[in-house]
Amino acid sequence: MLQQARGEGVSGAALRTQGLTRRFGGLVAVRDVSLECRTGEVHAVIGPNGAGKTTLINLLSGDLRPSAGRVVLGERDVTGFPPQRLSRLGVGRSYQRTNVFLPFTAFENCRIAAQSRRRSSMRFFRPALALREVNDAAERALAAVGLQERAGIAVEALSHGEQRQVEIAMALATRPAVLLLDEPLAGMGAEESARIVALLKQLVSGHAILLVEHDMDAVFAVADVLTVMVSGEVLESGTPDSIRSSRAVQEAYLGVAQSGHA
Amino acid sequence: MDFHTFLIQLLNGVQYGLLLFLVSSGLTLVFGIMGIINVAHGSFYMIGAYLAWSLTGGLGSFWIALPAGIAITLVIGLLLEVLVIRKLYDRDHLYQVLLTYGLILIFEELRSMIWGDDVRGVPIPEVLSASFPLTETQSYPVYRLWISAVCLVVAGLMVWVIQKTRLGMIIRAGSANREMVQSLGIDVRLVYRLVFATGITLAALAGMIASPVSAVFPGMGNQVLIVCFVVIVIGGMGSVKGAMLASLLIGLVDTFGKVLHLEIAGVKLLPELSSMTVYLLMAIVLLWRPEGVFGRRP
Amino acid sequence: MSARQMTVAAFLVTLAALALLPFFGEKFTVQVFTKIMIMAILAMSLDLLLGYTGLVSFGHAAFYGAAGYALALLTPPYQAANFWTSLPAAVAASAALALVIGFFVVRTRGIYFIMVTLAFAQMLFFLFFDTKIAGGSDGIYIDVRPVAKIGAWQVFNLDNFVHVYYLALACLALTYWLLRTILRSPFGRVLAGIRVNEHRMLSLGYATFRYKLVCFVIAGAVAGVAGYLSAVQYGVVNPEMLGWHLSAALMMMVILGGMGTLAGPALGAAIWMLLELGLQSLPESGGVNFGKHWQLFMGAFIVLATLLLPRGLAGLAQVLRGRGQKRA
Repeated sequence: MLQQARGEGVSGAALRTQGLTRRFGGLVAVRDVSLECRTGEVHAVIGPNGAGKTTLINLLSGDLRPSAGRVVLGERDVTGFPPQRLSRLGVGRSYQRTNVFLPFTAFENCRIAAQSRRRSSMRFFRPALALREVNDAAERALAAVGLQERAGIAVEALSHGEQRQVEIAMALATRPAVLLLDEPLAGMGAEESARIVALLKQLVSGHAILLVEHDMDAVFAVADVLTVMVSGEVLESGTPDSIRSSRAVQEAYLGVAQSGHA
Repeated sequence: MDFHTFLIQLLNGVQYGLLLFLVSSGLTLVFGIMGIINVAHGSFYMIGAYLAWSLTGGLGSFWIALPAGIAITLVIGLLLEVLVIRKLYDRDHLYQVLLTYGLILIFEELRSMIWGDDVRGVPIPEVLSASFPLTETQSYPVYRLWISAVCLVVAGLMVWVIQKTRLGMIIRAGSANREMVQSLGIDVRLVYRLVFATGITLAALAGMIASPVSAVFPGMGNQVLIVCFVVIVIGGMGSVKGAMLASLLIGLVDTFGKVLHLEIAGVKLLPELSSMTVYLLMAIVLLWRPEGVFGRRP
Repeated sequence: MSARQMTVAAFLVTLAALALLPFFGEKFTVQVFTKIMIMAILAMSLDLLLGYTGLVSFGHAAFYGAAGYALALLTPPYQAANFWTSLPAAVAASAALALVIGFFVVRTRGIYFIMVTLAFAQMLFFLFFDTKIAGGSDGIYIDVRPVAKIGAWQVFNLDNFVHVYYLALACLALTYWLLRTILRSPFGRVLAGIRVNEHRMLSLGYATFRYKLVCFVIAGAVAGVAGYLSAVQYGVVNPEMLGWHLSAALMMMVILGGMGTLAGPALGAAIWMLLELGLQSLPESGGVNFGKHWQLFMGAFIVLATLLLPRGLAGLAQVLRGRGQKRA
């Protein structure tokens, strides 16, 4: 089912799940999901609302613990690891509902994200702003999403689309090996979306990217592998072409082949 | 320890625990349903006790004082909710704590001005003044059994109202989603008013029925409040089940801690440090489940 | 000049004025201001927890009292303790206590944190109140104040209330500088992030528990400095120093002055202490001793202040400034 990845080079799965399941009381939000994310690849997860996509990302980022199944990062079993541990192991994530530091400036948001990469922030006497490399990393992250002009503005004063950009920049500033992006384009205009899609195409060679998205244009422009989820289960997984032409997918999820924002 | 002494301590522990439940259930309900932490809750325990003392003296009978005291406290609770408490919905817990702390100071001083600062006592009502004989020399006061019975009845009533009545359903729904209940045409504010008044009346009732066996003194409200906090931390905020479990546990641990003798490496732990046992219990629970045994996992 | 520069300037001017006070004020005034400065140090330490990290500690007085008791217990009977060793020891005692208590309480959130900090502080209160470890409910007298000598040179004399005043002033300035520096550091920025969005900090890889615990310990240590100074000033320690009345008063000072500003809580401490003093000296009228029942008015003040001034005086100033701008 899983086809060869687009992109050069040897890449073992950077992130892999086996039989991942999550129950909430009687409700099974994610059932027996096994997939792989490889470096150099964008693995898009699509499906109707309530398909369990955000729950899946929460399981991968450590925000939720699985009821069953395994999560493997590289060679290491990281099942049940909390978010702070996974982040330090190279898993970065952006949230569907903007989860930033609203009173801080866009720059400070990225700066605190970049500062997390230091071995320890238990430094009490020098000012935080004197950390040159951290400042540079923050500026680079902002520039990557195209927000460098707005760096000094408090995030709560930014437009919704700009806040989404900060969301992504923060994930980038933590220099992750695996990027989990939960609907990064939600609420963005056409120009901003195009910029993010271009960014993803740039990033993919050095990262493994798992992308949950509703914007089908973007998905088909950038994905190497597609997994369709319905009601918490994997319906089908494969190349964009095979998914597009799959009868099962069309039946279960009408409109997948149509472009437009779902 | 012989069996009869053990039985007496067991009964004491259960009685203390049930009384604690009566007080802390009000606090946990108000928080669970209205989202309000009322640190003046303990003050109503004190107010109940002082009311029992002054009304029994003034009206001549404990049995008239009880309903009178309940009625007075209900009215105070309703007034308080209308004047002050309703401003606390949706505010930070910090402000709720501070404002209700201000109320504690006000109540303390009013109590001092009205009833003075002396320690008082309330006589056990005659009809309950007998003692249950256990052995030739030991007996157990009927009044203490009556306290436990009252607490159990109230607990049963509480569960029945919340689980089996329409009012209880509204209360449960209102705590989960206030706006939705309001849009159904039900005046949630009235429900809240009732819940708050009932909550503090439970504390006052506890103070009233406890007064014949414990002293009536100025610091009693604050003392019971701290133990209530420990009950809630152990049992879980908003959980009546948790409050019952934790109250009984604390009641038994505290009671037995005072009579047992424990010495480790020459250091006398019990009964000298018996007042620490409850906090030790809390510390253990914090390590194991910081949100309480039946608390909601964040 | 920006608002921040104005605040710093105001604080420096205040420090200068405080330095000159003993030349113009009488003994009672100097002693009142010594007490105010000690409370300001204590309030600033709580602001680190409350205003900057979002940790609502309802038992902060425990660390203040612990240091006071540490000095009392370290002072040999009818002799003086050594200032240079007893101060660090007392502060270390408070810090160690904060580490132990913090280890249990920092794992809780929200309302639980408020309750368990209060519970542990009360536990300590009852430990000192009920037992004979340290004089019980009467407390302990410090017969002779600590001696601050280097060799034969007496650096200052803590029996002299003016020396105590300047020691408190020096500690206040030092505390302000230290906390400002810490808050600007990488550590301080982590605290700020935790207050705004702890969940995001976790997902960025910060082990927030550690940072909160260290913050708790630092706040406890600074509270210890205040506790030591208080024990020096009065020559007596009692369980009330650990009590929740003080903890609640501290929270009010921080809120009143404007939390998250450091200078605000210091101002709030001044206002609170002066208010307390004023209410306590109320006369008798109509057979009621209002001065004795001053807490009634304090309680009413707290209720009103909480209802009307959620952001304290800093918020009030903002509101007034806003109104002024609208009219212009």
